[in-house]
Amino acid sequence: MTSPSADTDLVTLRDVNFGYSRRPVLRGVDLSVPKGKVVAIMGGSGSGKTTILRLIGGQLRAQTGEVRVAGADIAQLDSNGLFRMRRRMGMLFQFGALFTDISVYDNVAFPLREHTSLPDEIINDLVIMKLEAVGLRGAARMRPAELSGGMARRVALARTIALDPMLIMYDEPFAGLDPISLAVIGDLIRRLNDALGATSIIVTHDVFESMKIVDHIYFVADGRIVAQGAPGELRGSSVPFVHQFLNGETDGPVPFHYPAASFQSELMEAAHG
Amino acid sequence: MNRSTIDLWVGIFVALGLGAIVFLSMKVGNLVSFKGDEGYHLEAQFDNIGGLKVRAPVKSAGVVVGRVAQIKLDPKTYEAVAVLNIEPSYKFSKDTIGSILTSGLLGEQYVSLDPGGDTTYLKDGDRLAKTQSAVVLEKLLSQFLFNKAAEGGDKK
Amino acid sequence: MDEVARLLRRLGAGVIDRIWRLGYASRFMAMVLRDSTMAFRRFSLTMRELYFAGVLSLVIVGVSGLFVGMVLALQGFETLQNFGAAEAVGVLVATSLVKELGPVVAGLLFASRAGSAITAEIGLMKTTEQLSAMEMMAVNPIARVVAPRFWAGVISMPLLAAIFSVMGVFGGWIVAVKLLGVDNGTFWSQMQAQIDFRLGIVNGIIKSAVFGVAITAIAVFEGYDAPPTAEGVASATTRTVVASALAVLALDFVLTVFMFRGTGL
Repeated sequence: MTSPSADTDLVTLRDVNFGYSRRPVLRGVDLSVPKGKVVAIMGGSGSGKTTILRLIGGQLRAQTGEVRVAGADIAQLDSNGLFRMRRRMGMLFQFGALFTDISVYDNVAFPLREHTSLPDEIINDLVIMKLEAVGLRGAARMRPAELSGGMARRVALARTIALDPMLIMYDEPFAGLDPISLAVIGDLIRRLNDALGATSIIVTHDVFESMKIVDHIYFVADGRIVAQGAPGELRGSSVPFVHQFLNGETDGPVPFHYPAASFQSELMEAAHG
Repeated sequence: MNRSTIDLWVGIFVALGLGAIVFLSMKVGNLVSFKGDEGYHLEAQFDNIGGLKVRAPVKSAGVVVGRVAQIKLDPKTYEAVAVLNIEPSYKFSKDTIGSILTSGLLGEQYVSLDPGGDTTYLKDGDRLAKTQSAVVLEKLLSQFLFNKAAEGGDKK
Repeated sequence: MDEVARLLRRLGAGVIDRIWRLGYASRFMAMVLRDSTMAFRRFSLTMRELYFAGVLSLVIVGVSGLFVGMVLALQGFETLQNFGAAEAVGVLVATSLVKELGPVVAGLLFASRAGSAITAEIGLMKTTEQLSAMEMMAVNPIARVVAPRFWAGVISMPLLAAIFSVMGVFGGWIVAVKLLGVDNGTFWSQMQAQIDFRLGIVNGIIKSAVFGVAITAIAVFEGYDAPPTAEGVASATTRTVVASALAVLALDFVLTVFMFRGTGL
């Protein structure tokens, strides 16, 4: 299963536990992401997938366990260290999270203006290059409100890669897109990862699109990793949850019925009550 | 909305606001009145200062020439002493009389200075020779009633 | 008995919740102050917020001030005439405005117009994950989004209160001198004689500055703390207006006691 040694992994989670006061979200999660690979984290809604991304990005802190990025323990970093770490990461949020009060161009230029003191001409070149990479150079002067969902997400992707990050994280990049946009995004994720020599983590429940582009998949259910492997391996997996998930079965480890008293008893109550 | 339009409007806004503050200070308040630091001090002793307050005006012939800087009680004579701050350009003779008058019927009380004919002038720290205390309404009334009662008694 | 116990328990929980929230808000405001250097070093950020909070409030503040001044003159004239003191209408209008109505009413108007807008804007940015995205791009959202709005509000309030007062005096002048026939010279001279710069105007400025801090602090906090849903942002906006209004009136009382207590008024 997972064998890679520490120095070929960009991100590792070791025995991570995280939860809110009454609700455990992640229990004993072990996960590693090798450098240069595209890894998917799949699971049902609310399974804790996005929490993993937030732990890696340092927005949340694990109660126990260790989260390492490029060898550094995220929890141990001071604000300066976290600042430097985040400059090497990019995160694409679910609906883009573009800044609605400025143009597409200014959105992509934002990280460049904030973190570098490059002159305007160079920033201009960089912004145009990034927009070209996602195919939206012509939309540079538009505002986020004028963009379609797919376009907004591509602009956000251009913004995410503005500083050529070593790690790119995607939170549900395929959610709510039409088939063409789905294909475009999937294609961009893979191509950009390889072109930039970066490592990508995709949190998704879109089986079809992600299987096309990822190298490795982790399945999360009930706060734990229940299965992992390359797409081909998992298709034939005997783990019930994986089987139900990949084949889209309506009932299985994740039940159809929300827990309730027996149907018969409730009907009887209504009749006699 | 580009940068320079915003700058323009913000500039106008701040200018209007500061202008409003200046307007209020000058035309509505009384900032133009003199600063008390440059004046010279005179003392005036009164039996009763009535309703005279610190910062009340000191007038001569109706013109504001200074402000009351301090009011204290002389511990030996138990009389009120008012320290007056007078504008340096105004000089008053040594026999100036200081009275406490009321502006209007129910208005605020102020100190009025009536200069005499003496050729020497009061200097910083001098005390006024003669003063007239404030008219206290209650005392006036009681005196009036007393006189009336005495008159009535005599007539009998 | 059970009902009473339950009621008391809910009351207690509510009080503890409020106190906890107040502590959280104070910590948040401390962070805003600490992260304020960017708001001043890159002043264009604050300028932009000054436009949206201050400039766009000019019309409502100016027009309201005008009307308030006019009503004050109208009402005051009636009453003052009974004492034969109709010429003091200028003093009445100016004193009420500069000391009380200017800061307070301008504050209430600012809270409803600009305060609610700030809360909605920050709340919406939170809901659409823009603040989170900024954080992940290693830009401190408090320094970049919250602090400029806070300082813009603090700077705007005294200016707006002064403008309100001036428009009010002008409105009073229109009614008193032009409509009711009060002598122009008397109108202004009485005013100048009676209003002390330090007591009236400076205190008025201090009041409006304090109100500005309170209103904008409430506005940015409610926006930042709003639950990231449509209803969450909507209720946060309402809370801003209500809480700001109460804060302004309460602070007004406290400040008035301290400022005007020793003057024998």
